[in-house]
Amino acid sequence: MTQFLDLWVQYAPLMLAGLVTTAWICALATVLGIVIGLILACLEGLDAKPLRWAVRTYIEIMRGLPILILLFVLYYGGPSIGLRLDAETVGVLGLGFYGAAYFAEIFRSGFQSIPKGQIEAARMAGLTGTQIVRHIKLPQMLVLITPPMVNEVIILIKESAVLSIITVAELTKNTTQFVNETYAVIQPYLAAALLYWLLVEAVAQLGKFVERRVRF
Amino acid sequence: MATLALIQDNLPIMLWGTGVTVLVSGVAIILGMPLGLVLCFGLTSSSAWLRRVSRVYQSLWRGTPILVQLLIIYYLLPLIGINVAPILAAIIALTLNTIAFQAEIFRGGLLAIPPGQMEAARMVGIRKWSARIYILIPQIFRLIIPSLVNETISILKNSSLVSVIAVTELMRVSQQIVATTYRPFEIYITAAIIYIVTNFLLSLVGHAAEQRLARGT
Repeated sequence: MTQFLDLWVQYAPLMLAGLVTTAWICALATVLGIVIGLILACLEGLDAKPLRWAVRTYIEIMRGLPILILLFVLYYGGPSIGLRLDAETVGVLGLGFYGAAYFAEIFRSGFQSIPKGQIEAARMAGLTGTQIVRHIKLPQMLVLITPPMVNEVIILIKESAVLSIITVAELTKNTTQFVNETYAVIQPYLAAALLYWLLVEAVAQLGKFVERRVRF
Repeated sequence: MATLALIQDNLPIMLWGTGVTVLVSGVAIILGMPLGLVLCFGLTSSSAWLRRVSRVYQSLWRGTPILVQLLIIYYLLPLIGINVAPILAAIIALTLNTIAFQAEIFRGGLLAIPPGQMEAARMVGIRKWSARIYILIPQIFRLIIPSLVNETISILKNSSLVSVIAVTELMRVSQQIVATTYRPFEIYITAAIIYIVTNFLLSLVGHAAEQRLARGT
């Protein structure tokens, strides 16, 4: 039993460093995803068919694609078209662009929940499109979209394990290093599962807190 | 045109890889259905103990990355004396994962069915499992087809991860082709298109199934 725990103590710095990398990459990707997702959802709501069509295509492609393929295209395929990015950047961009499609769908469902009359009234009162989104749509739909948004962040955290395959030193990558150096299997993966679970649980609790705050 | 020739040369083997991808995810989804239903009835069981066990299982499999689950299954099974081929480990991991998600989908469907039906069935003397199989399950399936198609697409996408344990599905085949041709961009884009087309076909099948079942009511 002590031997079991010794390995954990010995490798705690490596595993925690991995957890921190996973956390900041996911945080940046979430911000990127939410910003692009909101832009996509707004564009889709405009009265321009080609624009709407382009947004739909983007969303359908992202939703039909394994994230691993997206990362490989960016990381290994990028250089052959002159796009050289380091693994972490690919990780943030890949997760961000991928998440954006899902966030866009969440925002769209939120926009749909706002009664049309309100928008018409706001327009009559002379509010611009951005003002309508900022002051009328977003505040009302926050209650509705917070749970699926939190869900999506949790999904992104779990998807981020895939970044280990393109050599990002995040939690899963460091776990495999732990395995390779010690030939132990149970301790590293058990620790990884626990740390992921901790991170996910923390996000879920944060989500619950936000949920309480956005309720009127 | 060199690009076209490259893709033409490698397409057959990539399509073979697609077959493995579809096989692995298809078996996982199909095995996951009855087991997911069992877990769903566990989650909604009247026994608190059974409910707790089911919830722990579901929370574990939904709360950890599927890549970690896959690696645990692949490296842990030999440790406890079970040697399985990579493809079998892949199927086991994907199945155990999809059970947790399908159970949640089934639970959603179950909640939409009035509890009075089950009570009535029990009153007229139909046994619990018979009532579940003949009364609840057919109705659940009608309700949850869209979610089930979503889950199938998600498993199909996640099955690209089994490439890391050397199962030669589409992703792995693409990596191998890239290793010999040094043309990552073209090959991975081709793989991407294959995935998108497969998922598109899946959603078409889902729509057709939905419409057929809707007519059944």
